[in-house]
Amino acid sequence: MTESVAITDLADAEQGTSLWKDAWVRLRKNHLALFGLGVMLFLCVIALLTPWIAPYGYETQNLQLGASPPSAEHWLGTDIFGRDMLTRIMYGSRVSLAVGFIATAVALLIGVLYGTVAGFAGGRVDAVMMRLVDILYALPFMIFIVLLMVVFGRNILLLFLAIGAVEWLTMARIVRGQVQSLRRQEFIEAAISLGLSRWTIIRRHLIPNTLGPVIVYTTLTIPSVMLLEAFLSFLGLGIQPPQSSWGLLISYGVETMEEYPWLLIFPGLTLSITLFALNFLGDGLRDALDPRASKD
Amino acid sequence: MSRFILSRLLQAIPVLLVVITATFFLVRAAPGGPFSAEKTVPPEVVKALEARYKLDQPMWQQYLSYLDDLVHGEFGPSFRYPGRSVNELILGGLPTTAELAFYAMLVAILIGACAGVMAALKPNTPQDYIPMSAAMLGICMPSFLMGPLLVLIFGVWLEWLPVSGWGDLPGDKILPAITLGTGYAAYIARLSRGGMLEVMSQDYIRTARAKGLPEWVVVLKHGLRGGLIPVVAFLGPAFAGLLSGSFVVETIFQIPGLGRFYVQAAFNRDYTMILGTTVFFAALIVLFNLLSDIVAVWINPKLRHQLREGH
Amino acid sequence: MKAPLKSTLLILLCGLLWACSGGESNVTTGNRDGILHLGNGTDPQELDPHIVTGVPEHKILTALLEGLVLKDPATLEPIPGVAERWEVSDDGKHYRFYLRHNARWSNGDPVTAGDFAWSWWRALQPALGNQYAYMLFVIKGAEAYYKGSIKDFERVGIHVIDDYTLEVELANPTPYFLQLLDHYSYFPVHRATIEKFGGADERGSQWTRPGNFVGNGPYNLSEWRLFKRVVVSKNPYYWDADKVTINAIHFHPTENVTTEERMFRSGQLHRTASIPIDKVASYRKHHPELLYTQAYLGNYFYRFNTRVPQLSDKRVRRALAMSIDRDAIVKQVTKGNELPAYTFTPPDTLGYTAPDGFRYDPDKARQLLAEAGYPGGKGFPVTELLYNTSEGHRKIAVAIQQMWYEQLGIKIVLNNQDWKVYLNSVENGDYAIARAGWIGDYVDPNTFLDMWVSGGGNNLTGWANTRYDQLILKLAPEASDPAERYRLMQEAEALLLEDMPLIPIYIYTSKNLVHPSLKGLQPNLLDYSLYKRLHLDASFSGEVIH
Repeated sequence: MTESVAITDLADAEQGTSLWKDAWVRLRKNHLALFGLGVMLFLCVIALLTPWIAPYGYETQNLQLGASPPSAEHWLGTDIFGRDMLTRIMYGSRVSLAVGFIATAVALLIGVLYGTVAGFAGGRVDAVMMRLVDILYALPFMIFIVLLMVVFGRNILLLFLAIGAVEWLTMARIVRGQVQSLRRQEFIEAAISLGLSRWTIIRRHLIPNTLGPVIVYTTLTIPSVMLLEAFLSFLGLGIQPPQSSWGLLISYGVETMEEYPWLLIFPGLTLSITLFALNFLGDGLRDALDPRASKD
Repeated sequence: MSRFILSRLLQAIPVLLVVITATFFLVRAAPGGPFSAEKTVPPEVVKALEARYKLDQPMWQQYLSYLDDLVHGEFGPSFRYPGRSVNELILGGLPTTAELAFYAMLVAILIGACAGVMAALKPNTPQDYIPMSAAMLGICMPSFLMGPLLVLIFGVWLEWLPVSGWGDLPGDKILPAITLGTGYAAYIARLSRGGMLEVMSQDYIRTARAKGLPEWVVVLKHGLRGGLIPVVAFLGPAFAGLLSGSFVVETIFQIPGLGRFYVQAAFNRDYTMILGTTVFFAALIVLFNLLSDIVAVWINPKLRHQLREGH
Repeated sequence: MKAPLKSTLLILLCGLLWACSGGESNVTTGNRDGILHLGNGTDPQELDPHIVTGVPEHKILTALLEGLVLKDPATLEPIPGVAERWEVSDDGKHYRFYLRHNARWSNGDPVTAGDFAWSWWRALQPALGNQYAYMLFVIKGAEAYYKGSIKDFERVGIHVIDDYTLEVELANPTPYFLQLLDHYSYFPVHRATIEKFGGADERGSQWTRPGNFVGNGPYNLSEWRLFKRVVVSKNPYYWDADKVTINAIHFHPTENVTTEERMFRSGQLHRTASIPIDKVASYRKHHPELLYTQAYLGNYFYRFNTRVPQLSDKRVRRALAMSIDRDAIVKQVTKGNELPAYTFTPPDTLGYTAPDGFRYDPDKARQLLAEAGYPGGKGFPVTELLYNTSEGHRKIAVAIQQMWYEQLGIKIVLNNQDWKVYLNSVENGDYAIARAGWIGDYVDPNTFLDMWVSGGGNNLTGWANTRYDQLILKLAPEASDPAERYRLMQEAEALLLEDMPLIPIYIYTSKNLVHPSLKGLQPNLLDYSLYKRLHLDASFSGEVIH
């Protein structure tokens, strides 16, 4: 019985394309996930087109006007320099989405590979690999950032590097835990007994089977990456004023939330909608990729 | 099991040594010394101060004497607080931070696990969407936003709770614990929902149901054990993260904790203090990761079996 | 599964209810018991007057220790402290102080002239690492002693005539000498206590801990908890103890100004150390009676690195200075009643006012820039403006960046760095334009002007002018007539502003929120208060301000 299940599983995995096709079919039935996908696509299109469609320049100031609430000229109001908030949010989306996706992708790639290898190899290799993670966890992050800044100067690529360097650690731990529990399951043992190479097992069986928690964690990583960017920009790494990002707009907005609430509400709302969309999409993907979970 | 724990503790020694060494040289490589100030410090003063803190010695000598002190349990004098030793500072801040982290963890687990399990029992229904959306809000709301917002509502407008402090006024621990806990609650909710979904579709759950066990027994006895594995893997790093990441909350609420010392030390280039707190946090992280691995082994019978076989 | 959620909510609710039932605010209890609650900015690093460097430490130390002379908070003129009177010789170089016989340390010991001599000797020990040792250099021989060229302290101009008479000989007639005596570097310390806990020049011994600390000020140190509070309570041995009406003062560290403002609003503080920029307007509108703004002895300015090619031309520097609309910055960005600055020394610094060095004049600025070879900003290299990470600096930099772009067509990029990195960059001349601030050590133009001499430790711009050096280092100090001295300094400042190695932007203001129950505050240029002149009106409670 177990033998045959394992073999069918193997056969499934051989045809990677059909897995994705099936997933797409299932995803299409999930309205919330589709809505999430739609919102994300919309945001990406806006971000790409911003330089052509933004109503004002992102740095154009009007000090006499100062902070003004939403009006016909400025739909989302203006900040204390009289800069149009809609424009600034649109330009901010370029930074935030890029950072969110690229840095998360970096973290994902490193974390999943590292965690899988450690979890699958087990024993001494696992111990050494996980102690390395412990070391990286423990190093003083801020000093590390300051050093990066000084050695390499200010650079948006460094931002990705710095964020990726932190975010992959937790990912690796989670994936390793998952792989450890998968490793003793029948179909993996079957694959080993069939003489498949380790790399093939990792690629075809372990990684696909960790997708669930990984996708969930990814949808959590993207927002925290966007906020981390705000912190790093605040420290001087990353982007510099007058450029902006959602995280920065929110952290500025917090300062004046009693006086000029719209400076917090609109960027906050944008970020929240994005996160909800991502979340729905992530859940949908997870269910779509993992047929077992969506039954019942 | 005890062999596993012992070997992990032994492994911690090289880990800490690498952390110490890397940090020792990292902080000295960072620009801006501990004694620079807005008004340029006269060179004679800088010389006197460097002599006082042995910064005029060759680097390797400083390193060795630091290790020597460390073996004797001495973290050295703080550069920023001339009359204080790092030991004194850490011991002063630790109880507060640990208490804060503990309450925050409580908040996170209570809210997170409840929301996640509720959601997983009836996926894709309002019982799923509502708690999960609420959990999502926790992530959307970084503590630098959540803190001021809670303070504004409960402290300033409603006047229910103090706006700052720790242990000075009744109820002043509530808002900091919630602020710090909610971010982690969201993670826990997400992870436990995922884990529960995974487990509840497994065969042994079906078997349990087929045996006619009441649903709550199935969920609590069989479901939770497997479903919370990803959560447990997360708890170790999360608690360490709570301890070292309480900086923002400690600043917003003026709490005299370790997180603030740590970040202040980094900004001030208080070398001994940075090293002291880093070593201390590193030890905690190693410890909590070990604990979460032990718990993971304990609740996952397969891993337990594997260990007994001889790892 | 709903039960745990319900019980969680229940627990939280109970907690909330329990919390709401109790709790009088600090202000309410403080007014009743005579305890003053002050927001005090950054957490104090140390309470040794010869080691500390900051304003928060100064505010605590003036409660714990007292110098020979105090200042009248209304006029900033010297008034008797430990010295009940003093005489100044005709050449302005010899001061004789007569100490009051009833001045006591907080353990009952008398305060003597010998205590002051010993304390100043200690302040001049290099091993102590006293960053303000230079404040004593106006005393004859003090600098030479500190730097080691005189070994014998007897040759320094500090002479104990008898227990209650102290004579000081200065290197030059220094009109501001009496003011310095109220700076912590001139404060007396209790010799027996310091020697009990370590060497005289030992940094960071335990003598400053509560229980150990012996002072001679109106208050005694009773509690010091890092990041939490410093508490001082009335010293019964203080010579003027009858006048001290407040029983204790709690200094609360308030690094986060936003939190500080909320603490004030919920009745936790009588007075804040600062106020968030964005709150000023709303307080001015709704609660003007709580908001205190007062010119402060400091200048917010930008340094030019004159070694950077495009900034080596003074026409460029002047053009940049003349195209900043300071009125707009003060009204729209900083909003705290700051005074737009067209000189470096704040106007009317004890009667000294420098002539304006320039005006806001974009047309003239464009013309100057064109003369320098950059008509309409064409060909002007992208230049970096450096500031240390902070909301306020960012806002000003963003506004000025845009002004320069609109008025001159010049592209500036902003660079914010963490405080220590920023200090490092500025000290190494690794910048083009850098934000800076300068707070006077004492009320005299000299504290603003002597930093710009060639190669001065705080000059850092690469600017050097021999005439300026001569005026500041030689002619002005030796001038016998105060009016002549000011005239020479005005000449020097005119030179400085003509060459413009820096752009003054505004004169600081101190901004505080003050609860109406706190009486007796007298606003002044130094944000200085004499605690013995303050009192609390018990009829006020600490109601929350909406």
